[in-house]
Amino acid sequence: MNDATVIDIHNVSKIYNPDTIPVHAVNNVHLHFERGEFTALVGPSGSGKTTLLNIIGGLDAPSEGQVIINGTDITSLKPNQLINFRLQNIGFVFQSYNLIPVLSARENVEFILLLQGVSKAQREQRVQDLMNAVGLGDKMEVRPAQLSGGQQQRVAVSRALASKPQFILADEPTANLDSRSAANLLDIMAQLNHDEGMTFIFSTHDARVIERARRVITLEDGRVVSDKAVGVPTKGGRV
Amino acid sequence: MILQLAWRNLWRNRNRSIIAMASVWCAVVLAIVMSSFQKGVFDLLIDNMVSFYSGYVQVHRTGYQSEQTLENSFELSDSLQNTILSTPGVASMTPRLEAFALASSGEKTKGCLVAGIAPETENMATRIKSKVVSGEYLSDSSSTVLVSEGLAKRLQLGVSDTLLLLGQGYYGTTAAGKFPIGGLLHYGSPELNDQLVFLPLAVAQRWLDAPGLATTLVITPGDPASSGETTARLRNTLSTEFEVLTWQEMMPEINEHIETDTASSAIILGVLYLLISFGIFATILMMLAERQREFGMLIALGMKKAQLALMVLFESVFITLTGCALGILASLPIVWQLTNHPIRIGGEMAKVYEKFGFEAIFPASMAPSIFWKQAVVVLVIGLFLSLYPMMKVLFLKPVEAMRS
Ligand SMILES: Nc1ncnc2c1ncn2[C@@H]1O[C@H](COP(=O)(O)OP(=O)(O)OP(=O)(O)O)[C@@H](O)[C@H]1O
Ligand SMILES: [Mg+2]
Repeated sequence: MNDATVIDIHNVSKIYNPDTIPVHAVNNVHLHFERGEFTALVGPSGSGKTTLLNIIGGLDAPSEGQVIINGTDITSLKPNQLINFRLQNIGFVFQSYNLIPVLSARENVEFILLLQGVSKAQREQRVQDLMNAVGLGDKMEVRPAQLSGGQQQRVAVSRALASKPQFILADEPTANLDSRSAANLLDIMAQLNHDEGMTFIFSTHDARVIERARRVITLEDGRVVSDKAVGVPTKGGRV
Repeated sequence: MILQLAWRNLWRNRNRSIIAMASVWCAVVLAIVMSSFQKGVFDLLIDNMVSFYSGYVQVHRTGYQSEQTLENSFELSDSLQNTILSTPGVASMTPRLEAFALASSGEKTKGCLVAGIAPETENMATRIKSKVVSGEYLSDSSSTVLVSEGLAKRLQLGVSDTLLLLGQGYYGTTAAGKFPIGGLLHYGSPELNDQLVFLPLAVAQRWLDAPGLATTLVITPGDPASSGETTARLRNTLSTEFEVLTWQEMMPEINEHIETDTASSAIILGVLYLLISFGIFATILMMLAERQREFGMLIALGMKKAQLALMVLFESVFITLTGCALGILASLPIVWQLTNHPIRIGGEMAKVYEKFGFEAIFPASMAPSIFWKQAVVVLVIGLFLSLYPMMKVLFLKPVEAMRS
């Protein structure tokens, strides 16, 4: 472990239904992520991508093993501590149902800052910057239902960024998008990765999305079957 | 933030929220109009009954209520009167010297209840002046008597005839007196109409050989609704030599009638509220099922479960309270109208009412308690109904919620 280490996963397993028909959704995984990575998690359906991301994000507890984020073993946190840890350290982008339907795009982003207790003046400036960063500076007051799927996912990225997290986890963020919107979302993510050094870990099935990653981890039956660096190493990247 | 979210969520499924609110609205309007009528009618009934004779509160020497004789009378001292008048909640007071006697004229004799009264203050307490149907009301200096119509008829007497009263004086002496009839009174209740005789207190004291004595002090509270508290205060202030009784204790039958009637309408309202509670609960369950993913997402993002539970609580309280507020608003003009222009009863019913000296009206009441009680009931329902969704939210697992 060194200064650049963000996530350390030791010996993590997740077994569903241990008493009836056990399913090894994640099987004895060791992984190490560093600041500034742009990593894709790939593998066939049911290979454990979502489960692994949920465990890294503290949404699900592993049956075994440790998840150490920035030196904190999140598997030892109490439920409320864990919620607060997520709020302060981890950004999430989900496949769908990302946004709160009754809040405008601006308010959705601001929501995270409100939960964090950021002052009003700071919130306004930050939300404006974040919305500009994802190219939606002109859609601030629009409700999610009036946004396209791609725009919604961009708001979700902007929101994930708002809390100034250690890294952003995205589970199939492009699964519901057409290829243009998917490419556009990847552009924005790559740019944030490049310009601000934001760490992204995303799962995907999409070959064109995989192409953009700098590191590709392949899962099969809950095991890591390959882990390779591709393309140009990012600054601070491991490879 | 949570409040704002809850409020906006309410308008998400506009129709459903409106239906839920409308059901609360209906129940509240119905409940308010119903209890307003009930309170109005009972207040009038009590006022009528109480103003017939008893007053809201009476003070006697201890034991008088069970044994109404002159031996249980007390001295009408200034200090006693001052103590009572200075008790908070007491508006006015009037003394009486009551005794049973035989009234006769010529051959005819009839038992009667004779009350020596202070004409001015008695009228304030029981509005007796308004019951005079012929002749004149009493004054402090008059030596005439007022006789209730029924009694006068039996004795075949009229105004300015002479009435003979035979009773037992203070020391067991025989009290006999001849009194000119100054006026006749009409009472709705036959019981009263057939036996009441009034004369000035001083005249009665002389007749009964009981100078300075009284059997009863009729107390008029400033606010009839708080006569209970006033009674309690009087009990504390006065020595055990005196007993203080409320109209409920003096007329337990009426009180019982009111209580059973109130209880039965409370049951009707309870059933009504139960029905709408089921409706709202169904709405809440649908909402819960539909929003599983969203709740999971909110918790995943870092919203505390307690915050989420609070949001759910606000949502159901908003539905019920908004319905309630609108219900109160809608019922205000209805109740106001019915209070100021009470429904008049017509036909045979009216005659029965008038016979008993009641005004033949069906009044409503604008007492604030009618309104806030419904608000409290509805708030409690809202809080209660949100218990289940709150528990659900507190035990929600974000991963499972988002998978669903
Ligand atoms: N709550 C659960 N209970 C039981 N089994 C589960 C549960 N969640 C996931 N699984 C199982 O664990 C395995 C891994 O699932 P997971 O959702 O992580 O796969 P995935 O790689 O994300 O698949 P996909 O590409 O379809 O999203 C699968 O076999 C799945 O059926
Ligand atoms: Mg998945």
